[in-house]
Amino acid sequence: MNGAEAIVRCLEEEGVKYVFGYPGVAICPFYNSILDSDIKTILVRTEQNAAHAASGLARISGKPGVCAVTSGPGATNIITGIATAYADSIPLIVITGQVKSDLIGSDVFQEADITGAVESFVKYSYLVKNADDLPRIIKEAFHIADSGRRGPVLIDIPIDIQNAPVKNFKYPETVALRTYKPTVKGNSAQIKKVIKELQKAKKPIICLGGGVKLGKAGAVVLDFVHKHKIPVVTTMMGIGTIETEDPLYFGMVGNNGKPYANKAMNEADVIMMVGARVADRAISQPDLITKDKVLIHIDVDPAEIGKNAVSSIPLVGDCKAVFDDLTDEELSIDTSKWISELKAFKKELAVKRNPNKAYVDPQGFIETLTDKLKDNAVYIADVGQNQIFSCAYAKIKKNTSFLTSGGMGTMGYSIPAALGAKLADPKRQVVAVCGDGSFQMSMMELATFRQFGVNAKIIVFNNTYLGMVREYQHYSYKDNYSMVSLEGSPDLEKLVSAYDFDYLRLKDMKKLEETIDSFISDKNNVLLEVMIDPMDLVKQ
Amino acid sequence: MKTKVFQLLANNTSGVLSRISGLFSRRGYNIESITAGVTADPRYSRITIVTSGDDEVLEQIEKQVAKLEDIRVIKELKPGESVYRELALVKVRCSADERQSIIAITDIFRGKIVDVATECLIVEITGDVEKIDKFIDLLEGHEILELARTGMAGLSRGIENVTFLP
Repeated sequence: MNGAEAIVRCLEEEGVKYVFGYPGVAICPFYNSILDSDIKTILVRTEQNAAHAASGLARISGKPGVCAVTSGPGATNIITGIATAYADSIPLIVITGQVKSDLIGSDVFQEADITGAVESFVKYSYLVKNADDLPRIIKEAFHIADSGRRGPVLIDIPIDIQNAPVKNFKYPETVALRTYKPTVKGNSAQIKKVIKELQKAKKPIICLGGGVKLGKAGAVVLDFVHKHKIPVVTTMMGIGTIETEDPLYFGMVGNNGKPYANKAMNEADVIMMVGARVADRAISQPDLITKDKVLIHIDVDPAEIGKNAVSSIPLVGDCKAVFDDLTDEELSIDTSKWISELKAFKKELAVKRNPNKAYVDPQGFIETLTDKLKDNAVYIADVGQNQIFSCAYAKIKKNTSFLTSGGMGTMGYSIPAALGAKLADPKRQVVAVCGDGSFQMSMMELATFRQFGVNAKIIVFNNTYLGMVREYQHYSYKDNYSMVSLEGSPDLEKLVSAYDFDYLRLKDMKKLEETIDSFISDKNNVLLEVMIDPMDLVKQ
Repeated sequence: MKTKVFQLLANNTSGVLSRISGLFSRRGYNIESITAGVTADPRYSRITIVTSGDDEVLEQIEKQVAKLEDIRVIKELKPGESVYRELALVKVRCSADERQSIIAITDIFRGKIVDVATECLIVEITGDVEKIDKFIDLLEGHEILELARTGMAGLSRGIENVTFLP
């Protein structure tokens, strides 16, 4: 057995089903060995998308996504994908080929110091120096990526290590890491304190973040919420943790969120942040939050607590373990008055959009689309105005998954993520919703769907502009538009026909229902182009 | 493999140490120790690096470090022409009976007892690397509870080769 075979064996031991990537000489031994395995390889069209596809797969399967690329440009190209996963705490295993060990540092062909380059975007990284270390390193990498606060781990493997013999291969059953032991269970004294504060609360609110999904805590958190009737808001990454129509749900917070959700946060006396960073987009003035309020911050990452807002009760632990414990505690509060107050805010502060009838109204479109999607559909929002519209209007049902690049805001995320999500669970409907800008950042992946027979359902909001930046220039630079026109974009009908995709187009609201019905029922790969008023604004 | 000591004069800006250590790690060079501190002119830091490798590698190290934009001067501190010093703090477990023997060894090495507690004491010792290694060897039989070494700092002897500041 050589190093490359050992890597493949380790991935099999971890139950990996797909590896996304792009080959080159330095990773060839690995891609040679994987032919003898049941693990399927998916050739993306640019390395960044290998990481996004692995991220989509990780979010749906709940297990780390794996990608493998070559040294040099292969490795540097994947950095944006790694950074995107890091910002959203998505577990990835990124394998990079590297030049021969004794040539490292001599600037040979396709050499890049990738462990150095990704230092600030990975949870951890390895440069493998001995083939016999591979089983231990890969075991550790999976453990680090998929425990504590999840995140990407990079393993850089020189080509001679992949070709070197491995003696006595044995995949370790446990890891022994002296310096890495994330806290899982919440401190019981802090749990008691949380319950005490909630017991005193007149206006409690729970803000759910992406950590709830990553910690697989959705069910237990919702049980707690329903049992005690505590109102809920979410961050962008938290969308999908609670049904839109849940009577306790009061929308997404933040500068792109619902005004009544922000009002709810301001009026609350006890705020419980769960698996959320209190980042700038979610909470524009963190100091206001803690003024006259009790802030309970539950997070698996102790460094997040107190980073952006000083919390009154820090509680470090895995969301699921913490809520298992919280559920066991005695608590009885009456929130009915507070809830009717919140319902009044919701009515009073409801946003009324003023759609241009010559185009498709993003709100009406997304509401109708998500109404028609199955209960367990996967909705992937890209980045731009389309993302804000999706966050605001996508109807989340009981088992809907909502994926987006929230932390990094990486354009082009949705299409490769849809590829990974569909492979993770082919039975689920997977829809990628992007803009004409973000579509063109990853449209090369249409070929990947076609090559590997993965069903694609893509919606492109075409407004002929980089709408989010245009909106910013509208408000901040008095319509002095710079670098935002997408004139020159391809005819999408012609473009997708080159990839054997079906093409649908919706130019106004007249044929809304039937177009969406044909889009959903289409068995073939399909792209639906939706014409949006170029001058439409998220904040009208 | 040879060991060499390099002295660097570098801009005293944040990130300089990380640029130097990043260079060493990406090119696969060894660092045995690295120390840094501000010079009499606060615009500069003086950094002493102890490194090892064969002649070609050591030559590359000198050239690659010299190329870093923040480095003003790199020169080798040759043995015999230079003074090297390292400081170590050694916390040794000792009973009242053992205390005298440790104090005696410390005196021979011109070290200082800087803290005494009922069950342990801390010795401060300064010297070149060999002297400190020797001292630690001589403590065999006693339990070293904690050891902190600063790594080597050095200067060249005499008025020649002084890296003047402008």
